[in-house]
Amino acid sequence: MTEPSAAAAGSPGEKATSDDGFIVFDQISKRFGKNVVLDDLSFSVGSGERVTLIGPSGSGKTTILRMLMTLTKPDSGRIRVGEDYLYHEQRNGELVSAGEQHIRKVRGRITMVFQQYNLFPNMRVLRNVTEAPVHVLGRSQDEAEERAKELLDMVGLGDKLRAYPSQLSGGQQQRVAIARALAMDPDILLLDEVTSALDPELAAEVLDVLRDVALSSDITMLCVTHAMKFARDVSHRVLMFDQGRIIEAAPPAEMFDDPKQERTRTFLESVLDET
Amino acid sequence: MSAGLWNYMFEGLLVTLQLTIFGAVLGLVFAFAAGLARLSGNKLLRGMGFAYTEAFRGLSALVVLFWLIFVLPTVFGVQLAPLFAGVLALALNIGAYGAEVVRGAVRAVPRSQIEAAIALNFTPWQRMRKVVLPQAVVAMIPSFSNNLIELLKATALVSVVFLSDLTFGAQLVRASTGNTAGTFGLLLVAYGLIALVFTTLMRLLERRAAASLGRTVPPGMIARIFRRTEASA
Repeated sequence: MTEPSAAAAGSPGEKATSDDGFIVFDQISKRFGKNVVLDDLSFSVGSGERVTLIGPSGSGKTTILRMLMTLTKPDSGRIRVGEDYLYHEQRNGELVSAGEQHIRKVRGRITMVFQQYNLFPNMRVLRNVTEAPVHVLGRSQDEAEERAKELLDMVGLGDKLRAYPSQLSGGQQQRVAIARALAMDPDILLLDEVTSALDPELAAEVLDVLRDVALSSDITMLCVTHAMKFARDVSHRVLMFDQGRIIEAAPPAEMFDDPKQERTRTFLESVLDET
Repeated sequence: MSAGLWNYMFEGLLVTLQLTIFGAVLGLVFAFAAGLARLSGNKLLRGMGFAYTEAFRGLSALVVLFWLIFVLPTVFGVQLAPLFAGVLALALNIGAYGAEVVRGAVRAVPRSQIEAAIALNFTPWQRMRKVVLPQAVVAMIPSFSNNLIELLKATALVSVVFLSDLTFGAQLVRASTGNTAGTFGLLLVAYGLIALVFTTLMRLLERRAAASLGRTVPPGMIARIFRRTEASA
C-alpha cells in the first residue's frame, strides 16, 4: 500500500539543509549484556536538519536518542554536539571522561519528548512547563509563565493551565510535554515514539502540533516514529536501522517510494500493513 | 476518683502526647536522613544508613532507653533529661522503620520521571527535591501513619524508667484506688482514642497529599459517619 497523496503534501525539501556535522556519532557501540544494540555506528546530522529514524524494534533507534539525552551511556566511541563532546571534555589538552558540569552544559541544548509523556504528576500543567525555565534557565516567573501560556495556546491547551496531568487525556498530556520541551528553547529536539501510546485520533492531534513546530522552526529534530506519513511530511532524511547499523539513508520520498535495500522494503511493507 | 488523681492522668496524657509528637518529628528526621543516605551514591553514607537501620530495627526501644537513662550517666558521665532520653530512644527506633519507608517510596518513583527531569536539565538535587520527593512523600504517608500509632503505643515503655506518662499515671491511680479493672480499662480507651485522633489527622494529610497529585482518596470512616449524620439530620 502506498500513499499517493503524501507526495503532494508540503514537502520539506524546499529548504535545503546541508550536513554541517552539528551532531556527530563517531564509532558508537553499545551492548546490553550479550545483545549488541549499536555496532560501531557513525553518522552525523546537520543543524536544522530533521531526521527520522526507522527500523524494527531493538534495532537501536531509541538508544541513539537516549544517548544524546545522556540517559544511556555508550560503551565506546564519541558523540559531539556543536563544539563539544557530550561524554568527554578537554582537560589540560587531553580528552577525558566528562563531569556532571560539562554534561549539563552540553545537555542544555537538547531536550526530549517521551513515548509515555512523563509529565510531573505533582505539578499542574502550567508549572510543568515553567519549572525548568525558571530553575534551570534562570528565567523570571512572569517571563516563564507568559512563554508557557503562548506554547500551551499553540498546542491547544490554553484552557488547561490549572489541571493536573492525571486529569488530562493521553493526547493532551503529550501536547503539554511538547510545550514543556519547547519552553527550554532547545537547539535539538528528540522525539521518541511520541504517538505510540495513543490511539489514532489522539495521535493525529499530537502529530499536527509537531508538524507545525517542525515546519515553522529551525530546531534540529531526531525522531523515532512509526508514523510514516508524518515522517514523510517533516523529515529531510530518513535513516533505516537494522541490527544496530544504518543500512539505508535517503530523503523520505526516495526511502518510502523506492527503497534500495530489500530489508527496508520488507520493513516498510510490514509497517504500512499495520496502519 | 479525686481531682488530684485525675490530675496524674491528665499530666500523664500530656507527657505521652509530647513523647509521641516530639518522637515522631525527630524520628522523621532520622528516617529521611537514613533513608536518603541508603540511596546515596556515596559508599560511606550508604553504609552509615544501613548500619543505623539494621541496628535500631533490631534493638528493643526499651533497652536503648535503659542505655540512655542508666548507662550514659554512669559510664560516659552524660545525663540526659528524662523526657529527652525517652524521645530520643523512641525516635531512634521509629526512625529506623521510617527509613525503610522513605527508601522504598523514593525507589518506587518511576525511573521515567527522573529521565524527564534529566531531559529538562535539572541538577541531581533539583530532580530529587522537585520531582522525586513530592511524589514519594505521598506514598510514604499511609506507612508513616502506621508508624505513628506504633510510636504512640511504644511510649508506654517509658513508664518503666519512671517517666510520668499516661501509663505511669494510671499505675498511680490504680495503686491508690485499688480499682484495677476500672483504671486499666480507662487506660485502654484513652490510648484507643488518641490513636483514633492521630489516624484521622493522618488520613486528612493523606487526602491533601493525594490532591497535590490531582488524585482523590475516598473519605475515611469518620468523614463517612459525619456525612451520614448530616444527611439524616
